[in-house]
Amino acid sequence: MRLVVPLQGVVQGRGGLILGSLIPCALYYFLQFYLKRRRSPPPPPPSSPRSPSTSSVNLADLPRSSSRLSLSTRGSIGRVHVSARASSIAKPNTSPYYIGLDRVRGDPYDPVQNPGGIIQLGLAENRLTLDLIEEWLSKHMNEAVLLGGVDGGLSISGIAPYQPSDGLMELKVVMAGFMTQVMGGTVSFNPSQLVLTCGATPAVEILSFCLADQGNAFLVPTPYYPGFDRDIKFRTGVELIPVHCRSSENFVPSIAALDQAFNQAKKRGQKVRGILITNPSNPVGNLLSREILYNLLDFARERNIHIISDEIYAGSVYGDEEFVSMAEILDSEDFDKDRVHIVYGVSKDLSLPGFRVGAIYSFNEYVLASSKKLARFSSISAPTQRILVSLLSDSGFVQDYLQTNKQRIRRLHDLFVLGLEQLGIESTKSSAGFYCWVNMSRLISPYNEKGELELWEKLLDIAKINVTPGSACHCIEPGWFRCCFTTLDDTDVGVVVDRIRNIVETCKSPA
Amino acid sequence: MKKDQESTPSSTSTGGGATTAMRVIVPLQGVVQGRGGLILGSVIPCALFYFFQLYLKRNRSKGGSGENSPPPPPARSPSGTHLQESSPLQRVQSRSLLSPRGGGSSGPAPLLASRADSIAKQADGPYYVGLKRVSEDPYDRSSNPDGVIQLGLAENRLSLDLVQEWLAENAKESILGQDMSISGIATYQPFDGLMELKVAIAGFMSQVMDKSVSFNPSQIVLTAGATPAIEILSFCLADPGNAFLVPSPYYPDLDRDVKWRTGVEIIPIPCRSADNFCLSTTALDRTFNQARKRGLKVRGIIISNPSNPVGNLFNRETLYSLLDFATEKNIHLISNEILAGSTHGSEDFVSLAEIIDSEDFDRTRVHIVYGLSKDLSLPGFRVGVIYTFNENVLAAAKKLARFSSISAPSQRLLISMLADTKFIHLFMKNNRERLERMYNAFVTGLKQLGIECMKSNGGFYCWMDMSGLIRSYNEKGELELWDKLLSVGKVNVTPGSSCHCIEPGWFRLCFTTLSEKDIPVVMDRIRKVSEICKSRS
Repeated sequence: MRLVVPLQGVVQGRGGLILGSLIPCALYYFLQFYLKRRRSPPPPPPSSPRSPSTSSVNLADLPRSSSRLSLSTRGSIGRVHVSARASSIAKPNTSPYYIGLDRVRGDPYDPVQNPGGIIQLGLAENRLTLDLIEEWLSKHMNEAVLLGGVDGGLSISGIAPYQPSDGLMELKVVMAGFMTQVMGGTVSFNPSQLVLTCGATPAVEILSFCLADQGNAFLVPTPYYPGFDRDIKFRTGVELIPVHCRSSENFVPSIAALDQAFNQAKKRGQKVRGILITNPSNPVGNLLSREILYNLLDFARERNIHIISDEIYAGSVYGDEEFVSMAEILDSEDFDKDRVHIVYGVSKDLSLPGFRVGAIYSFNEYVLASSKKLARFSSISAPTQRILVSLLSDSGFVQDYLQTNKQRIRRLHDLFVLGLEQLGIESTKSSAGFYCWVNMSRLISPYNEKGELELWEKLLDIAKINVTPGSACHCIEPGWFRCCFTTLDDTDVGVVVDRIRNIVETCKSPA
Repeated sequence: MKKDQESTPSSTSTGGGATTAMRVIVPLQGVVQGRGGLILGSVIPCALFYFFQLYLKRNRSKGGSGENSPPPPPARSPSGTHLQESSPLQRVQSRSLLSPRGGGSSGPAPLLASRADSIAKQADGPYYVGLKRVSEDPYDRSSNPDGVIQLGLAENRLSLDLVQEWLAENAKESILGQDMSISGIATYQPFDGLMELKVAIAGFMSQVMDKSVSFNPSQIVLTAGATPAIEILSFCLADPGNAFLVPSPYYPDLDRDVKWRTGVEIIPIPCRSADNFCLSTTALDRTFNQARKRGLKVRGIIISNPSNPVGNLFNRETLYSLLDFATEKNIHLISNEILAGSTHGSEDFVSLAEIIDSEDFDRTRVHIVYGLSKDLSLPGFRVGVIYTFNENVLAAAKKLARFSSISAPSQRLLISMLADTKFIHLFMKNNRERLERMYNAFVTGLKQLGIECMKSNGGFYCWMDMSGLIRSYNEKGELELWDKLLSVGKVNVTPGSSCHCIEPGWFRLCFTTLSEKDIPVVMDRIRKVSEICKSRS
């Protein structure tokens, strides 16, 4: 009558019986535990297992009324499910960036009709030169723009029927020319490497689809444009890894930080497929120097990853610094170009966000091939393409426009920065974009994200101005804010400065 | 569970004293004692362990890729800033360091997403091959009479003259407005479409559907074409690996629209010529159960009504039973009604929205896709519509519309055009008449060649039965005939296999890009091919 347990052989001698029973039991328990955990994650409540009803087979043969009856007694069946990804997308906004935008929509400032409304400093839109566009349109816009045929006759076939989904060749040609002009004439762009999309937003998304699989990641120097989180993460399943830049370095990305982030991701088992940069940077407004671009390319090559360079503000440079496009760096040296992709659009430099025209410029033929196919989901309306073809072909106008635009942005920038300086608020030195990157860390307490958001709320509720807090841009240092000034005019700037002054005073008095 | 049973008896079984020296003891020996003890006692645990490993491995490789890694820890360490200072190598130096490692092209090519790779490399089916052939060598009565005639593209050019006339008169005012306001077109507008356009389109939709339904503009999301509308709905209703049931034949683009980026599957519900290619509830039920047996989660049914490529309409009865089915299985119903205004027969078109209105169904499962590409002949404008009763879908679709917004100038243009009720009325009336005339001429022409078409009441095409002319009654035979039509006959048609039709020998012919003068040319070309086929057999 000896009790034999499994594993007795192994544990013989050392408390054999108990251990020999316990170990298999423990093992079995862990196995069960493991199985359970593995199995449970996808538990979206299955529509309660109904018998594979034979009744429904005959539904069509049943007289209408009786089939309804038989169903209604079963009661209205549970609500139909939407996909998991949709339910997370449908949730209300939590980012202050979007909350602020919504708030302005509900109560927009107007000097005459709603002087107590909220002033919009959160939307990167340029209204300084809309008069020029308007003038051009009213002068040149006629049916010939839309319907102009080759022979001078009117023809509907250029806009009504199906057009190539990645954009009309005519538009690609003038777009390439425009990009060259914007970037100072230093690079030439090949129209056949362009894919046109309805805005830069889908351009970035399409590139993400093409360069990374679900669960892969891009490195993004912070602070970055708050929209990227939606543009990239909503549907592609690609992650963004923030690479923190600091005020002490003027928020310029460092290769060391990139390297560190890359290695950390690797350790976690995450595949990094590229770096996403904005140049000129949004929200800081500085430019990446030639030196840094070279270093970034070296880094990308060393790690064999892609570079997406969002250069949508290339023509909105108003400072003395010179803008250098990634395309220029590629031209000048024998880099392998396959890994570089440029995003552009007319939303910023031509102040036409309503036109929804974006561009992917890639040197990689596979990316081009798949982007062209994916452009079917994001095509530009043909009438708009025709209008732009005419507008961009008018090189005299474009030249004047770009110059005037720069002057006006610069003037307003100086005015705005000066107004803030008088309140003792500093901004980083910037030379491009529609915004200042403002340091209000002196005004926040405590010195963390909470303090920053409190100040943001105060600015929104009391001062009635909507700015973008640095935390929405994943800035690691609290107290920074992006203020877009290109929707304002001179008198508005005065109002904004006055409103901020009130807050500055209330912030100072308790301390 | 199996293990559990094994361990219990083993602990109660008996054996000799444990004192024997030099005895080989294996786990489970107790169980197997006596019956070949040593060997079995070693083999069973090993086998168990092997299966356990196998199970783990299979589970891990499946779950691993979808697993979300935790958010990256912010690189707060001060080392980052210090390292930066140590790295400012001179440009020249860093270049020269790198170049021996791989100057120029010798570096490894950067990896692409595997999904992009498959999209880029995917071989085009005959549908796309045909379209490409036409674009390289398009037929033109005067300048290229030997070119390929396009019968593969569902585009309506019969009434473009009316649109052109309207545009020539109204283009400027409608884009810039009477008071020349630039801010309505240049600045950011709501991504999901201007409210004015939603109102206009809701009115147009109810006009198209003969005023039997009214549409609520606030349930509309506008997108850059019906293509993204369907994709956005797929994103919203199904997760990767889920499936939609689609009655086949269905239009060839649907595979791309639904599957490419969403990871959603399509399961065809085969319809047969014996039923006039109408959906049978039996087939629907069978397909649903088969999918479920395979472990696929079915999240909805996508129908096109009027159907594309067959051109028939869903009757009230079928729509009711579809809704019953969807309710019973608790799944969604997407009805693509983009051709609702392009009907030409005597039958009445019934929108799913009308059915929903008439009885107390759960509306949150119904989603309608519409657009102006077909009924207003404006595919170049890229205007699509999602009309849904589901709040969550509406909220998500509005946000996803940021990737597929319509250009503001086009929206302004359309607001004016749709507001011109006189024009719209005239257009619809003329368009239907022209459509019917072309359809009749085309079907008659084919009949004279001895080729029958399925009776249809909507759309820009006939669904033609050429099974008598194919050499082997299967897909291969069908594609041979398609190739002959394209290369010898120089007409591009869409073979049924591209539409996932289960019966070989059917073809879709779109006739709305032709003028009536072209019909004899098409008939001649088809006659030539059919004579070749007949002479061989």
